[in-house]
Amino acid sequence: MSESVEAADLEAHCARVRERIVEMCASVEGGHLGGSMSLVEILVALYFAVLRVDPAEPEAPGRDRLVLSKGHAGIGLYAVLAERGFFPAEDLAGYAEPGGRFSAHPTPAIPGVEVPTGSLGHGLPLGVGFALAARLSGSARRCFVVLGDGELQEGSVWEAAMAAASLRLDGLTAVVDRNGLQITGGTEDVVGLEPLADRWRAFGWAVVEVDGHDLGALVDVLGKPGPPDRPVAVIARTVKGRGLPFVEGQVRSHYARLGDRQRRRAHAVLRAARRADGGTGR
Amino acid sequence: MSARACRDAYRDLVPELMAADPRVVCLDSDTGLFAGVDFGGAADRYVNLGIAEQNLMGVAAGLAQSGFVPYVNTMAAFAATRALEAVKIDIALCGLPVRIMATHDGLAAGHLGPTHHCLEDLAVMRLLPGMTVLVPHTADAAEELIRQCADVPGPVYMRLGRKAAPEPPPGLEPPRLGRAQLLRDGADVTIAATGPYPVLAALDAAALLAADGVQARVFNVHTVRPLDAGVVLAGPGPVVTVEEHWASGGLGSAVAEAAAELPGGPRVLRVAVPDAFVPGAGDQAHLVARAGITAEAVAARARRALGRRPVRRFSET
Repeated sequence: MSESVEAADLEAHCARVRERIVEMCASVEGGHLGGSMSLVEILVALYFAVLRVDPAEPEAPGRDRLVLSKGHAGIGLYAVLAERGFFPAEDLAGYAEPGGRFSAHPTPAIPGVEVPTGSLGHGLPLGVGFALAARLSGSARRCFVVLGDGELQEGSVWEAAMAAASLRLDGLTAVVDRNGLQITGGTEDVVGLEPLADRWRAFGWAVVEVDGHDLGALVDVLGKPGPPDRPVAVIARTVKGRGLPFVEGQVRSHYARLGDRQRRRAHAVLRAARRADGGTGR
Repeated sequence: MSARACRDAYRDLVPELMAADPRVVCLDSDTGLFAGVDFGGAADRYVNLGIAEQNLMGVAAGLAQSGFVPYVNTMAAFAATRALEAVKIDIALCGLPVRIMATHDGLAAGHLGPTHHCLEDLAVMRLLPGMTVLVPHTADAAEELIRQCADVPGPVYMRLGRKAAPEPPPGLEPPRLGRAQLLRDGADVTIAATGPYPVLAALDAAALLAADGVQARVFNVHTVRPLDAGVVLAGPGPVVTVEEHWASGGLGSAVAEAAAELPGGPRVLRVAVPDAFVPGAGDQAHLVARAGITAEAVAARARRALGRRPVRRFSET
């Protein structure tokens, strides 16, 4: 955890991460654009201001653990891991290349990736295991699990939610990327999740709601430990496809193979946003 | 039948395993198997995660990713099918040293009925890359194989039954993980069996055959994967497999697959549970016999494989 984290630095990380996500979505296979863009600030806040991880020693035993349970946002994780220095950003050109290690869903073949994810509903049980292991080892290391909101329709998430509260795993934090959309529509139109905060509370978790694109708020919420004896659910309100106005908040942003024209347009939009920001991100 | 049950042998061993190795954790799923067990100074490493088997496997994986060696307790049906995806992705894909200790395998659940029978676990588990699949036939064998698992770097699935099964005479040598255990030697036909009742049926069948002048070599194939194919297929004669499992996918399939790829490989005939659910009440011994896993059926298959006259017709249903 760094106290010298500058907001402008985090914004710059986010901007580069978004550009790399666009590049991967312009690859021959395309990629999960919307759900990767929605969690950029969440992952940048975690990797640059919260997680105690060392790219030079990615498997250091005392490291904090991050599980990207919404593994379909693998390209978002790859871009952030590259930005954090786990591997050269040039390696991302190998995304979806035959024979390469960058499949759409992440595997531990990639430095910094803890577990294979992509089949939804696996991350929180793993997180309970990581947090339980930390406690049994007498370690203060923390475990973060980043979940999609549509993913919360998987029953195994709630099995783990019950277990975490019952075990009083205060080292465990679940972050829900609440972008409100899944493949076939709005989550509330498919199988509703609300009242979502109340549901987590009823399962015994402390709940914090936050603007999932507000880096300052995310660092603040994620950087400090929660109440003793309770796991924390951070519901991060986000916009699917964030940063690209032509897909923001749209169901079709879920998966995209950007043509050359869309790619140039995306980069132009992201560049313009950076200039307009003046480094504030607003 | 004063024998110990395999699962009781396992239960009694766990505190010792935990005391000997601080990496060992015991994860339970409300099975009740560990009621009253004193874990001593390791009590924090026994965790009952309730009735939630997908979570159970995921938690085991998270612990194993962190350097622990979890022993995970559930029923075979819930490990092999309900929680299969977690076993596949969280555990097997990562090659983690999780020990899945499954009770109520095969027809061991008896009168509990077909929801609790598990006649597919050997097929399912041996499909998973890196999975070691073990079926001890006695409590002593279970204890021995569990100890030998300490050296297995990847995941292990072990059948532990429910109640004590009839104990066959001990083998000529103690079970060694990965090696088919020779129980009786003979020069005419090979019988390869896995699990308590099948091993007993195989030995009794060998006695029946001997009365007809047919000498059977009998193996206890406690390690279904990796299969000791070289030994099982080395002869003599054709191979009759015996298992408390559906005929598809289990030991018989594994032996047949290996035989098919062996130049001049032996003929393989299977004695297994027919392609149907096994409804109705009855204890394990009753259901196993009703499913046709009997000494007479094994002997009949052996005679057929050798082209001998069938001594008497035996119903296979």
